[in-house]
Amino acid sequence: MKQKKRERLYMFGGAFIAAAGAVALTLTALSQSITYFYTPSELADLEEAPTRPIRLGGLVLDGSVKHPTGPTSGEQITFVVTDGGAEVRVSYKGLLPDLFREGQGVVVQGKLIGANDLVADNVLAKHDENYMPKEVADALKEQGRWKDGDAGS
Amino acid sequence: MPAPQLSASTLTDMANTLSKSIYAYANPAVFEPVAERIFRLAFIAALVFAGFGLYFGLLNSPADYQQGDTVRIMYVHVPAAWMALFCYSAMAASSAAGFIWKHPLADVAAKETAPIGAAFTFLALFTGSIWGKPMWGAWWAWDARLTSVLILFFLYLGYMALWRAVADKTRAARLAAILAIVGFVNVPIIKFSVDWWNSLHQPASVLRADGPTIHPAMLTPLFLMIGAYMCAYIAMLMASMRNELAARRIARLEAEDHAKPANLVET
Repeated sequence: MKQKKRERLYMFGGAFIAAAGAVALTLTALSQSITYFYTPSELADLEEAPTRPIRLGGLVLDGSVKHPTGPTSGEQITFVVTDGGAEVRVSYKGLLPDLFREGQGVVVQGKLIGANDLVADNVLAKHDENYMPKEVADALKEQGRWKDGDAGS
Repeated sequence: MPAPQLSASTLTDMANTLSKSIYAYANPAVFEPVAERIFRLAFIAALVFAGFGLYFGLLNSPADYQQGDTVRIMYVHVPAAWMALFCYSAMAASSAAGFIWKHPLADVAAKETAPIGAAFTFLALFTGSIWGKPMWGAWWAWDARLTSVLILFFLYLGYMALWRAVADKTRAARLAAILAIVGFVNVPIIKFSVDWWNSLHQPASVLRADGPTIHPAMLTPLFLMIGAYMCAYIAMLMASMRNELAARRIARLEAEDHAKPANLVET
């Protein structure tokens, strides 16, 4: 009876370990495609610039957003996505999510033209892990304790 | 004076008493009234927690500095996502108890946890989607967190389907237990998906090394709602375990009825 119990324990544990091993190997091999976006630094480190459409994630650089004819005209806008290490210029024509603003984390999807230029056909806002009332955010900003630049990582 | 020595026989006695007390609940006559009492307590606690949680979450908590009132979706979404993981872990643990130690109630607990966990997972995916549209600008993204939770949902469905596909309950329990433990690999992947890969989903806000990044005024309703979900799970589990045990008893009685020779039934 005890022997049987031990056998079942090994069988059950073995099933888990085998599955965990198989999944760990698969995920390691596929990590390039599981990752949802490249950061500008990761993109700069690639030996060959990808020709397929890619996603790029980072912060919208302060002061880089340019609307040629106003924010709601639906005209092409340009901005710079940065992760502190490298920068990529993005041009985009279409609707922007409400959270899109300078200093905000974004994920843009599109094709690279040239080493540092991306033509986006989709822009997503990335929300960070911080939740607080507006008054608290304002107070933090006032005291200069606002952590800038950690939203897109 | 020397301390009283624990002899080998007292230890064995203690172990026997312990295992007897655990196995005692395998007897439906013992389990029934206990489950009934737990059900009542958990049901009332769930209502109280949900009442306070929804009051604070929807009416008496601040709007977020970025998300505005959309942040209130969090009070429904985050507890659902946590319970999705908790239920799967509970399912895997009771599957182990059923598979290795053959505790008769463990298989029932695992089986009855699956639909509840699947419902929590669906709720997490659904509320996440209606949060994602206004915040991210997309209903869905194939990032690691969202995809692994979708896989969790399918694991629940597969587990439930397996129970239905195999007629013999003992065999179904064994096969389903193996599926549950193999699928358990997905649980840490979900938890750490936001750390291991770049993902659109935000990293952990509560269970993180440097403490929660959610303001206390928002943490209160969140924890109240987690209490509500947990109590609701316990109440639903007790109710559906009793149903399952009753259904099995009916099936057994009917089988005995059919087994009787025809002339005996007539007289």
